[in-house]
Amino acid sequence: MEEAHPYIPNSAPDVKKEMLEAIGVKSIDDLYKQIPEEIRLKGRLNLPESLTSELELRNHVLSILNKNADPGDYKSFLGGGCWNHYVPAICDEINHRSEFLTAYAGDPYEDNGRFQALFEYESLMGELLDMDVVSVPTFSWGQSAAMSLRMASRITGRREAIVPDVMSRERFLLIKNYCEPSMKIRTVKHDRETGMIDLEDLRNKISGDTAAVYFENPAYLGFIETGGKEISEISHEKGGMVVVGVDPISLGVLSPPGHYGADIVCGELQSLGIHQHFGGGLGGFISSRDDEKIVMEYPLRLFGTTKNSRGEQVFGDVAYERTSFAKREGGKDFVGTMAALWGITAGVYLALMGPKGMNEIGKLIMQRSRYAMKKMGEIPGVTLPFSRSPHFKEFVVNFDRTGKRVKEINRRLLKDKIFGGLDLSEVFPENGQSALFSINETHTYQDIGFLVERLREAVS
Amino acid sequence: MRNFHEARWDEPVIFKLSRKGERGILVPKIEAEIEREVGDVFSGLPDFMVRKTLPALPEISQMRVLKHYLRLSQENLGADLNVDIGQGTCTMKYSPKVNEMFVSNPRAADIHPYQDVSTIQGTLEIIYRLDLMLREISGMDRFSFQPGSGSQAIFAMASIIRSYFMSKGEERDEIITTIFSHPSDAAAPAVKGFKIVTIYPDKNGIPDIEALKAAVSSRTAGLIVANPEDTGIFNPRIKEFTRIVHEAGGLCAYDQANANGLLGIARARESGFDMCFFNLHKTFSTPHGSGGPACGALGVREELIRFLPVPIVEKGENSYYLNYDLPDTIGKVREFHGVFPAVLRAYSWIMALGAEGLKEVAQVAVLNNNYIMNKVLKIRGAGISFPETRERVEQVRYSWSKLTEETGVTSEDIIRRMADFGFHLWTSHHPYIIPQPFTIEPTESYSKDEIDEYVDTLKHIAEEAYRDPELVKNAPYNSVIHKIDRPEDFDDPKKWAITWRAYLKKRGEDHKDTN
Repeated sequence: MEEAHPYIPNSAPDVKKEMLEAIGVKSIDDLYKQIPEEIRLKGRLNLPESLTSELELRNHVLSILNKNADPGDYKSFLGGGCWNHYVPAICDEINHRSEFLTAYAGDPYEDNGRFQALFEYESLMGELLDMDVVSVPTFSWGQSAAMSLRMASRITGRREAIVPDVMSRERFLLIKNYCEPSMKIRTVKHDRETGMIDLEDLRNKISGDTAAVYFENPAYLGFIETGGKEISEISHEKGGMVVVGVDPISLGVLSPPGHYGADIVCGELQSLGIHQHFGGGLGGFISSRDDEKIVMEYPLRLFGTTKNSRGEQVFGDVAYERTSFAKREGGKDFVGTMAALWGITAGVYLALMGPKGMNEIGKLIMQRSRYAMKKMGEIPGVTLPFSRSPHFKEFVVNFDRTGKRVKEINRRLLKDKIFGGLDLSEVFPENGQSALFSINETHTYQDIGFLVERLREAVS
Repeated sequence: MRNFHEARWDEPVIFKLSRKGERGILVPKIEAEIEREVGDVFSGLPDFMVRKTLPALPEISQMRVLKHYLRLSQENLGADLNVDIGQGTCTMKYSPKVNEMFVSNPRAADIHPYQDVSTIQGTLEIIYRLDLMLREISGMDRFSFQPGSGSQAIFAMASIIRSYFMSKGEERDEIITTIFSHPSDAAAPAVKGFKIVTIYPDKNGIPDIEALKAAVSSRTAGLIVANPEDTGIFNPRIKEFTRIVHEAGGLCAYDQANANGLLGIARARESGFDMCFFNLHKTFSTPHGSGGPACGALGVREELIRFLPVPIVEKGENSYYLNYDLPDTIGKVREFHGVFPAVLRAYSWIMALGAEGLKEVAQVAVLNNNYIMNKVLKIRGAGISFPETRERVEQVRYSWSKLTEETGVTSEDIIRRMADFGFHLWTSHHPYIIPQPFTIEPTESYSKDEIDEYVDTLKHIAEEAYRDPELVKNAPYNSVIHKIDRPEDFDDPKKWAITWRAYLKKRGEDHKDTN
């Protein structure tokens, strides 16, 4: 290169020359001798012309990004595993800090801050979940559920898991791909009236091979699974474990799953102060009680605390020898880069919200979504299939009696700058033309009124 | 030597900051109209489902929360502050700030994965364009950005290998890797049910080709290896390796998490691989985020596209769309489309460099590495793995074993002492095949002066080790904390404390100083 690139200090010709001389070689090519000619790239990569000035680069990238609609112009009622909850300014302030954003794998000395922040994340989540052990984040809810089921399999020595037949398709496919072939994933039917797990079917399917029963609260379709106690009893009676996936923003008002029998609790962090990022905001957690048998099966890093002999509070890896970092294929599943920055962020969120904030936001979401359900149910031809069950923030709306397809309705709503509910008609065809609507603290009385009004027009 | 002292705020664990009644942020009040209509929303719930006691989260005002986390951030050295060349294998390069502006833009940050595709054409275009670029850089035919890291990409490759043989009706259950490939190259395929066969190097540090020949059989499903390996040694017979595995009927998958020394120099295709992945958070500059979110961009040859996780982005006549219709897809390895912020940053980084710039990245990374090697080997007590092989690409695994023999000071002692000068140094993955290991990977991002300072500090500490070993053994002194001298607490189930509440239960003596 004739001109030094701003990202490459030693591309400055004089510096490069000085370094080559220090090594005692004539050119950089001399340093590549071990790469045989036959596998060398002939010629130059065929890539677009570079934009080396930051100004041109900025204009170029923004010109593409501007092809996206401006989210500020739209009202979105999409959820299904990624939500537009409010993100407090301080969450962004902290996760933009160079010190956290550009750190990676430092030691508990020069990177004490990262260790403490992640330990505190575990601790804050521990209070929310009422559990004594919480892992450093995984990639996502789905990954956490899959790893939890494999933990249950190793603990029980059994190779089957039972999951609800109505759950996120994305999450189900992930779990299936992750757990097979060493585990078999079976589904249990749901009650057509309530959406909840059909306990009769569960009793029929559960056996001495069942490592765990997995269910979610709130369930994927938004209702609150109130059969948790019975489900746990059924599984425990057969010697199986109970894994519950939870949306943590509900836990200021709903009981943590450990209170109705969960042995391992997993779920999604994105609702706790993290932007959607087209789904890139996902991060998962796994938690349990502090039982050595369970702790030793976690594949993930677990940051713990103690004091050194000077009395300083210090942080470090608990039971590191469990991990694949220590034992390669002899470790528990695998560990590595997942979503630590979102863990720090979720910790900041919980610290800001405090006990009252989590309680208030949970109640607010329930009130607003209940209101939206009520108002949408009043639209002629619109029904709410599982409305007799209590709900948290999402709910299913059926349009069969309007004679309209969800696709059509959403196309119409889009003209009014509304992202309507998530179309379920292809994933769960037995529910007909149904959509999953998501309501949270960001949706005001006016927003809900606007949606209902436009929906009324769209279906008439 | 730099007269350094890291911030030491002695910041209490966050629960100790709690004062009853303080609030960090308020949420909107429910509108009267809604409250009137819905009444008591809890009445439909069984009693046991309603939380009776609020979670025991701390109650802290806003500025104090901010200050707490800012202080913790000051007790951390990211690549932006550190000369982060001591974290070998991780490619701690510069993550340009302009790219952070893009990912914070609401058009990137506040979009939902299920939005109507007409409203996310920009996002799909960036994904598609990065796919095209990585195809050219690797020689593969299609990329998926769904895996959220290198390990998840390895898991996806293992899943594809399994589906491939299922589709052919062949039962193959062994994956071959090498001991100097990343631990996840062994661990992730094991999750997918494969038996792992590990090849060790010959005396020159090159994976033993005779061992490979002995390992392949009708059970061989695939090869998953890095090249260059953690030692920085490039296996020059890699094409023969892939040929041997192909002849045995297996597939070849390339761990290119770190491809920093090879951009524009050598590609996966010419080495005979069927698949590869790049860690966008390593080679392609996206920040490591204290350990994610990240992206393991997974590339495959034409005949394996049908196995990729869904959806993939396609370009239609006038617009981009999502294609879920891959006949033999492994399904999902992560929900939605992976970590879009990483894709956006990587795209921008490549655009800032172009073909010439990428090659310059590789060449300067290799120049820096060789420059450092030359200097490190002059340090008393420092040595190199496989000294017969001096050709190294972008990193080197070194050893302090001579220094340890002569002084009793270990690699871990030196690492702690480096913190006293504002630096980080890392040993190696386990097991420690090379005794008293340390691994340096300079990337292209640090100036000669910075590199000189780093290596001079290593030299200074080595001299300290010979002069005053206790000084090094008891380090650090100028870091955030002093030596963790009770590491056994982390392995004892009676003492380990993975949350603050567990700590208070188990280590009651500390309970009294909390409110």
